[in-house]
Amino acid sequence: MSEVIVITSGKGGVGKTTTTANVGTGLAQLNKKVVLIDTDIGLRNLDVVMGLENRIVYNLVDVIEGNCRMKQALIKDKRYPNLSLLPSAQTRDKSAVSPEQMVKMIDELRDEFDYILLDCPAGIEQGFKNAIAGADRALVVTTPEVSAIRDADRIIGLLSANDVKRVDLIVNRLRMDMVKRGDMMNINDVTDILAIDLIGAVPDDEQIVISTNQGEPLVGSDCLAGQAYANICHRVLGEEVPFLDLEVKSNVWNKLRDIFKKN
Amino acid sequence: MGLMDFFKKKTPGEIAKDRLKLLLVSDRANCSPEVMEKIKNDIIQVISKYMEIDAEGLDIQITQTESEGNNGIVPALYANIPIKDIKHSNNG
Repeated sequence: MSEVIVITSGKGGVGKTTTTANVGTGLAQLNKKVVLIDTDIGLRNLDVVMGLENRIVYNLVDVIEGNCRMKQALIKDKRYPNLSLLPSAQTRDKSAVSPEQMVKMIDELRDEFDYILLDCPAGIEQGFKNAIAGADRALVVTTPEVSAIRDADRIIGLLSANDVKRVDLIVNRLRMDMVKRGDMMNINDVTDILAIDLIGAVPDDEQIVISTNQGEPLVGSDCLAGQAYANICHRVLGEEVPFLDLEVKSNVWNKLRDIFKKN
Repeated sequence: MGLMDFFKKKTPGEIAKDRLKLLLVSDRANCSPEVMEKIKNDIIQVISKYMEIDAEGLDIQITQTESEGNNGIVPALYANIPIKDIKHSNNG
C-alpha cells in the first residue's frame, strides 16, 4: 500500500525542497521505493537540490499532456536504485495542470512506489491546490519565526478543510544557541501554537548549504541535520524514535526557566 | 501592556510566541478589521440606549483567556467601554 505525502509550508524559503530531497532519499535508504514529484511548475528546484538537473528529458506537464509516458519522464537516481524523480516544467505555469489531473497521475504511480513525495510550491493558490489534491498525509515545514508559523497555521487549516487525514510538523532551522538565550522560540512553543504532532526538528546546519551546493542530500550523514532527517524518515514509517539531544537540552532549559518565572 | 512588559523583560522568543498567539486567534476566527469595526459600532449602539459612553475611547479586541472549564486557553472578546454618564431611567 503506497502513501502519498505532500511537503508544504505556505511561506517560501523555509526548507520544503530540502526536506523533500532528504526525506525521500532517507526513505530510499530504508529500502522503500520512492518517487519525488516537484509540483512547483515554473520554478523547479528539486532537481537541482537532488543533483539530477542534467538528466531531465521530460517533465510533469509532458506526462499530464500525454507527450510522453510516465516511465520516460521519471529520472532514476543512480546513487539509490529505489529512488526516482519526476521533475517539474520550467517554462510553463501552474494553470497547465488541474487538481484532477494530478490525482489521476498520482494514482498511476501508486502501484509502483511505496512512497510518493510531493514538493509543494509556496503560497496557497493553484500550485498548492494541485499538490495537496492527491495527498494522503502532509508534512508541514516551518521555522521558528512569526511569519513562517503564521503561514503554517493557515496551511494546516486548509489541509484539514481538504481532508488530508494526517498532518505532521517539521520545525526547521532551529538555532539552539538562540533558543537557549531566549532569542528564538523553542520547539515546544511552536508545537503549542500550531497544535499538531511533531515529526521532526532540524537544527540550522551549515552542512545543509554544502549539501545543496553539491546536489547530494545529507540524510543519514554524520551531522546533526543528517541525523535529524534520518530520524524523520523512521518516524514516517511509524517507528518511535527519540528526538535528538538538541531538543532535550532546550526542554531542560525551558523547564528551569519556567520554574524561575513562576516564583 | 507596554509598561508591564518592560518590567517583566520578556525575551524575544516569548514576545514572538505572545504575538503569534494573538495573531492566530484573529486569523483563525477570520475576524478582519472591518468585521471588528462593525461589532464595535453595534456595541456602541446597544449600550448607548442605556448609558452615555465614550465612543472614542471604546476598545475591543480578541484576546486569549484561561477557560473556566478544562479547555485551557480559549479566545475571548475583550471590550473596554468607558462610561461618561449613567442615564437616569426617566424614560423607562
